[in-house]
This record gives sequence, structure tokens and C-alpha cells, in this order.
Amino acid sequence: MDALIDHKAIEAVYRNEAGRVLATLIRLVGDFELAEEGAQEAFEAALDRWPKIGVPGNPRAWLVNTGRHKAIDRLRRRINLRGKLKAVAAEAAIELQGEPAVADFAESEEIADDRLRLIFTCCHPALAMETRVALTLRVVCGLPTPAVASVLLVSEEAMAQRLVRAKAKIREAGIPYQVPDRALLAERLAGVLAVVYLVFTEGYAPSVGDGAVRPELCEEAIRLARLIDQLLPGQPEVLGLLSLMLLHSARLDGRRDGAGELLLLEEQDRGRWDRARIAEGAALVERALADSSAIGPYGVQAAIAALHAQAPSFAETDWPQIAGLYQVLLRLQPSPVVELNAAAALSMAEGPMRALSLVDALAARGELPNYAPLPAARADLLQRLGRIEEAAAAYSDAIGLVRHAAERRLLMRRLASLF
Amino acid sequence: MQYLLMIYANEAAFAQATPEQGKAMTEAYAKFTQDIVKSGHLKGGDRLKPSNTATTIRRGDGKTLMSDGPFAETREQLGGYYIIEAKDLDEATMIAEKIPLTSGAVEVRPIDSMARQY
Repeated sequence: MDALIDHKAIEAVYRNEAGRVLATLIRLVGDFELAEEGAQEAFEAALDRWPKIGVPGNPRAWLVNTGRHKAIDRLRRRINLRGKLKAVAAEAAIELQGEPAVADFAESEEIADDRLRLIFTCCHPALAMETRVALTLRVVCGLPTPAVASVLLVSEEAMAQRLVRAKAKIREAGIPYQVPDRALLAERLAGVLAVVYLVFTEGYAPSVGDGAVRPELCEEAIRLARLIDQLLPGQPEVLGLLSLMLLHSARLDGRRDGAGELLLLEEQDRGRWDRARIAEGAALVERALADSSAIGPYGVQAAIAALHAQAPSFAETDWPQIAGLYQVLLRLQPSPVVELNAAAALSMAEGPMRALSLVDALAARGELPNYAPLPAARADLLQRLGRIEEAAAAYSDAIGLVRHAAERRLLMRRLASLF
Repeated sequence: MQYLLMIYANEAAFAQATPEQGKAMTEAYAKFTQDIVKSGHLKGGDRLKPSNTATTIRRGDGKTLMSDGPFAETREQLGGYYIIEAKDLDEATMIAEKIPLTSGAVEVRPIDSMARQY
């Protein structure tokens, strides 16, 4: 019954289709903002019309066609208001594209390509990293502007302005709406994955605010990675990142005790880890690492995470293999942070002695100033070597540097455990 | 679309280049320029004389002030420019990346052809 098509049902259809409709509209009208306005008006028109005419057989086609007409109307109004040559040219371009046939709106390659194009545009390296994250959350994930603002902890007004400026840059600087060609694809895909991983880590270990975990952001990042894998199948690093995020998120619940306090890996109740997710992540690692000539940093990190997640206990973890994988990661992606993690893994495989000299050398190079995990790792190694006074001093250094309250409390607990 | 590629480099380092280095650089630029002439991307461009030849006219509060030197003192100075035709920013930056610059920066700016007055 038509009368039963309520606001909620239409909203559900829209939420499901919004990403695809917007992506296709951007291609058809060639302008980000115009497409967004068109999509918004199409939705309003659906709210008005669908209760009277029923939900169309192909709601996506209806929304795209309506959005396209609304965009053309908007251009006409702009022409009337300002008589701008540019608007006339833009309209001519849209009209030339003609009315897309309804058959075009099946789950066709064209639509998939539109979504992929949109992802690459939002993650273009000519935009600042924060802007890429914001645009991707707003435009690809469809988060409302206030939600994006709260993720990045800026005011709604500031976020709205940043999004407007970003869209203006895309338009004015000629940032292309396309999947990069072969020469650029690997580099640009790495940039897209960096955005996805940043969204994930902001959920898993927020760099801002009180440090409270935001699982919904982790889920958004996983959804994005799944979408990219679906649109661009078989890319080892996409599989690697998806696997890595699944394996990390599977252990998210176990990271805290009943009172919300952070737990060390060896203190966590492995019964609280999400086994189905771990199985999915582990299966993906196999695929990510299947081609030994195309192994990337996400795949290796996922393999490390899989070994942790599948170990029956902390003591029974395959530390020698984890330490070996860290050496592979160091070759692929040398960085002081990876060096620190590699040293920690090495200490589990062959004892704290050599690891401590590596960490001390790292500290002496001064490449990680004010990085709390460095003194915290030193403290742990010193503690295991029985050098309690030095361990206490290192924990105090770490406590002085740590930003989040929960992490500080964990370090205080470790310091207290020394005596 | 048209883009202005502004080439910024350290003039002091450039002035210290040996004659061989200077010749190699001139040849590299000549080759790059020929390449983008052939590919049809080049619309214009030139090397500029050093920034100590610059004169800046500054206007504000109804006054005009002339001063010696570039408008801003920076570690790297504008030393030359190209105007190119490219289909989008990706094509423009790919061309900019081929500029034979050993150290410095290239700013890629879209030209607002809608505002052209000629």
C-alpha cells in the first residue's frame, strides 16, 4: 500500500543508494557541489513523490535521473541570475551526455567505476590529509557533516567550510574524477589505503580527545576497505589492510577490563576476542601474501596480527616468526617506530638483552623524541633484566610523555608493580 | 585547462654552479622544453633574471610604495615559469615532475581562463 511508504522506508532506500547515486551524478554533471545539491533535491522529491506514486521499480535510476534534472534546473537558475558563460557551457555538456538509459543503472561496471573514481578523487594527494579523511567520510561513507566534524574534533562550521574549500579545489584545480591509469595506480592506491587506515586508527587509538575508543569508526574503515576490494578486486595491499583491520578490531573488546582500564596483551582474556573475525582476517592474510613478489607492509602487519590473534596464549605465541616478519616489515617500510616494535618482538624471541641495546641505540639517535612507547618499551626490557631502578626511571619518562589518561594509568600500574 | 608552473630554487646554490653544471642544466631545460613543445602542452614560459633584479610595488591605505627586491624574502626564489595546457591536475603534475630541477619546488596553479580580459 502506497500510504505505507513512510519517511523511514524512503530514507532507508536513500541511505542504501546515496553513495552510488552521488558518484554517478558527479560523473554526469561534472561538478561535486552541483551533484550533491542534485542528490539532496532528488531525495526531497522522493519524499514528496514516492508516497503518491509508490517506490519506483528502479529507485537508483529514478534518483539519478531526478538528481540530474534538478542539477540542470540549478544551472539554468544560475544562468538567469548571472548569465555566466561557464554555466551555459556546463549545461551544454550535461545535455550532450543525454538521458542515461535505465539499463545503465543495474549493478553495472559503470556504477562501480563511478564509486571508485569518487574514492580516488577524495583521496587525491593534492588535498591535505585531513581533508582527504573528511571528504572520504562525508562523500564516500555518507556521514553527515556534524558527524565528520566530531570525528576530527573540529566545529561543525569549520568542517563545513573545509568541505566547501575542498570541493572548490577539486573543481578549480582540475583534480580529475577518474581511476588513475596504470602508471599512477599503485602510488594512488597506497594513498587511498593510508586514508582508510587513518580512519581506522582514529577509532582504534584516537590521537585526539580523551582516547576513548570509537568502534564505529573502525567499522566504517572496514566497510570502506571491503568496498575498495569489491571495486578493485585482488589487490594484495587492499586485502592486507582489510585483514589487518579485522584482526585488530576482533581484539578491540579484550583490550579493556570491566572497569574500562587498558590491559596488556598478556593480561587480556582471549575468550573475549571475536573468533569469526579472526578467522576471516587470517584467511585474507593468506590471499594478501599469496604472490611473494607483491608483498606489502599491510600484508606483513596483518600476518603479525594473525599470529598474535591465533596464539592460544601470550607464552605460546610464535615469537620467532613474529620477529622475522618485523625484519621483513623493516625492509619494506623502514621507520624508527617499526624498529622499536621489531626490538620488542625480538626480546620475546630471544630475551631482552640484545633488544635493549637496539632500543638504546634507537633512543641515542633521537629520532623518536617525546614518543612515550620508546621509554615504556625500555622500561619493560629493564624490568625483565632485573634493573628495577632504571626501569622505574624509564616508566616515569613514559608517564611524563603519554597523552591519554587510560594509557597513563596503565603505565602507573606497571611502575607500581616494580616494587 | 591551463596551468602556471612556478619554479622555485635556491639562487645562491645556482650561482655557485660550475660552468659544466650550468651547461648541463641549460641542456636539460632545453630538452624538457622541446619535449612539451612536441607533445603540444607548452603555451609559454621563460627563465627569470635573479631576484636581486626584482622591484616590488606595494599598495595599501591609498599609498603606493616601491621597494628593491622580491615581494617576499624566501629561502628559494622564483626562477622561471611555464604555462602549459593539460587535461587535468594529474597531467599537469606529471609534466611538472619532469622539470629538471635538482633541488627546489614547483608550484602548480590553475589559470583562471574565465577571467581572461583579452
